[in-house]
Amino acid sequence: MSTPVQEGRTGLSRPTLLNHNLTVSTGIGLGISMLWFSLLVLIPLSAVIAAAAAGGWTEFWRTITNEQTAAAIKLTVFSAVGVTVVNVVAGTMIAWVLVRDRFPGKGLLELIIDIPFALPTIVAGLVLLSLYGVDSPLGLNFANTGKSVFLAFLFVTLPFVVRMVQPVLEELDEDVEEAAASLGANRFTIFRRIILPSLAPAIAAGAALSFARAVGEYGSLVLLSGNLPFKSEVTSVRILSAIENDNRAGAASIATLLLVISLAVIIVLDLVQRKVARRG
Amino acid sequence: MASPRKGRKGTVTYVLRLFVITYLLLLVAWPVALVVTNTFEGGTASLTGIFDDPDLVHALQLSATAAVVATVINTVFGVVVSLLLVRYQFPGKRILSALIDLPLSVSPIVVGLALLLVYAGRDGWFGPTLEGWGFQVIFATPGIIMATAFVSLPLVIREVVPVLQEIGTEQEQAASSLGASGWQTFWRITLPSIKWAVVYGIVLTLARSLGEFGAVKVVSGNVLGETRTTTLAVEEKYLNFDQQGAYALSFLLASVSVLAIVVVFIIRARVARHASAEGAAS
Amino acid sequence: MSIEVKNINKRFGNFVALENVNVSIPTGQLTALLGPSGGGKTTLLRIIAGLESADSGSVEIEGTDATQLPVQKRNVGFVFQHYAAFKHMSVAKNIAFGLEIRKRPKDEIKDRVAELLELVHLEQFGHRLPSQLSGGQRQRMALARALAVEPSVLLLDEPFGALDAKVRKELRDWLRRLHDEVHVTTVFVTHDQEEALEVSDEIVVINEGRVEQVGSPDTLYDSPANDFVMSFLGPTTILDGTLYRPHDIDVFTHPGIEGSIPARIVRELRVGFEVRLTVELLDADHEEVTVTVTRAHQRSLGLSDGIDVWLSPTHAAAAVPVP
Repeated sequence: MSTPVQEGRTGLSRPTLLNHNLTVSTGIGLGISMLWFSLLVLIPLSAVIAAAAAGGWTEFWRTITNEQTAAAIKLTVFSAVGVTVVNVVAGTMIAWVLVRDRFPGKGLLELIIDIPFALPTIVAGLVLLSLYGVDSPLGLNFANTGKSVFLAFLFVTLPFVVRMVQPVLEELDEDVEEAAASLGANRFTIFRRIILPSLAPAIAAGAALSFARAVGEYGSLVLLSGNLPFKSEVTSVRILSAIENDNRAGAASIATLLLVISLAVIIVLDLVQRKVARRG
Repeated sequence: MASPRKGRKGTVTYVLRLFVITYLLLLVAWPVALVVTNTFEGGTASLTGIFDDPDLVHALQLSATAAVVATVINTVFGVVVSLLLVRYQFPGKRILSALIDLPLSVSPIVVGLALLLVYAGRDGWFGPTLEGWGFQVIFATPGIIMATAFVSLPLVIREVVPVLQEIGTEQEQAASSLGASGWQTFWRITLPSIKWAVVYGIVLTLARSLGEFGAVKVVSGNVLGETRTTTLAVEEKYLNFDQQGAYALSFLLASVSVLAIVVVFIIRARVARHASAEGAAS
Repeated sequence: MSIEVKNINKRFGNFVALENVNVSIPTGQLTALLGPSGGGKTTLLRIIAGLESADSGSVEIEGTDATQLPVQKRNVGFVFQHYAAFKHMSVAKNIAFGLEIRKRPKDEIKDRVAELLELVHLEQFGHRLPSQLSGGQRQRMALARALAVEPSVLLLDEPFGALDAKVRKELRDWLRRLHDEVHVTTVFVTHDQEEALEVSDEIVVINEGRVEQVGSPDTLYDSPANDFVMSFLGPTTILDGTLYRPHDIDVFTHPGIEGSIPARIVRELRVGFEVRLTVELLDADHEEVTVTVTRAHQRSLGLSDGIDVWLSPTHAAAAVPVP
């Protein structure tokens, strides 16, 4: 979800005050905020793109098509896509159960959903190793394999779809479903034609965030995946090796690729939100 | 019979419930529980051991300092930007509101690299100048703080903006009509109404800041006893085959995270109760 | 009879929503379920629709027992107070929904939707999203959507409750005309007695989970079964231990009529063409009675504050003894 600033979307926002022009003090506030935002975020990210651009297109292309790098990108993107698909289905189901079902211990599930958000990523890796590592009580040793990448992504992106869909599902008017039922729609049809389309923007937003998060993931993989070239090495690790080898231009090239993905996600979110705003 | 929502629970309900519980158990609950049991396998020795190691104590202090400073910065920045985005009109507002979320979807390694390229003492854009003034950013605490602030930048804003939109401006207008100045209106009307959203944002920011790993790893230099943070220490311990130590530190960090979630949970319930009480009264 | 409701009981926890309710709703008529909020009328409507199940009793629609039928199989049209628009679908798609569920051929759906859009005067809005319509337009869309499937009964739950006073009045007249055109058996819930009196052929008054009276608007107004029905349908005043309408009390400036009661005007309030007089009886209790007269009548008799008058109920006045 990109920060939802939409004028006039809710009847509560008063257009008169929204059009408030800046006073001196708010102007200073804006100035300082923008300066800080630029120094912290915008200039450094521009520096990444500038460093990538300095070598020219051929250099950029050569870097990201380097055999080992290309393999890392492929593994990262494929795993991220797979994880996103799983999240779309499982996340929607989890949100459904949290909103529509009632059973003892449901509150605990709410807490569990947020753990991947709050847990430091390095700890997340250790946590997953305890059940899916060498000493796995289930006998599932994913450590140092491509599967571990998928698993780590799945863990860190768990809350995105759930937390986007849940509030929308809570807000759905019961009478809309009753109206569909009175027109002859059975439960499955109501879900497919009434509920799912209402959830679609939230699912899309959650999917975009979960994809972006997965593509850039690093911390949870450090201990889990072993970072084996061509096998379990992801894009972030490639960038880090380039930095450690003092190859900042190379690092910047791969980083630019990730930034493009992040930007694409931001654009998708913005478009989704405009669509929702139009629906009212 | 009966409304589609209130109907009797069918097989689908139970299948879904079972699936969700199993999924969350296997992905989150069980692994987390294992970390807890692993930590206490040898009693509490490994946990108390943390506080006997001066380097680890330093790491904890560094993490706490960076997290607190980053949180303070992000809270002030977040409240100001939220107010600007919701209450004022200025050129570039739309772009800003979209870009503000960027830090959440940028890889921490890219964050580290970006800061390195600008603030590295030897060859960064601004680094040599700042170093000339005697101010080292990279491989020092300021760099760690910046990396931490970067990754948790939007969290306060994302909580405050929706609340500001929802409360509208009627109360603020009423305050102004009663003679309150801009500052008085902010302190006495606006801030109290967004209080819980700000607290919520602070808790999330703090949790996220304490746990930052990738970005800090790039900019800190990871020097033992100087720029090694707690999360970096976890990695170091694990890679040096001190699993007990790694588990103990992880347990400590995880406890803070879970505490943060619980706090957030309580705040949310509180705010929801408040809202429903208000709804019932009107 | 189109709908037969027999011995319906319904509780929500300890709250008795409906108690032994029996109602027959005639075919092709426009029937109002009238009563105060929380009286059980919406619950009854939802039980007829199958959106709620009764604890006991039966519902028969068009001669078939519908008690155990799910809402999907009852072939009822239901219109909600807050429109229940399918927000992600265009107006035309909303209207087509029920027909698509019934797997009607595409051409037929298209024709039927066009016909209904015309019927509800939304021809120009078929491609719009519900959010681009006004409240009144959305409710007309909801009505067209319910009518599309040619329901055996049309059920409306406070259909105009969310609209502005002016739109509400327009839509109410329009519903009456529409019903004269379409003739589908229609039941609508309202707490507005004016709405019920103006629009319906028959009114069922429901209060505290029980049916108080069933009858035509005239019957209910002229011969209310009890004081509740009388006071719910319009203003009342008490004279001599009996409930009357304020306009059913004659005012005289001389004690001519036998049994007329002496009183004094203490307040007058003019509202448009009518004048509401507050009159204090000259007996020991000084009871206050409200009397409504026309502006012309007030002038011709010179009725104003402080004047002594004599009150007597008109010849055919509706009257209910005060319990």
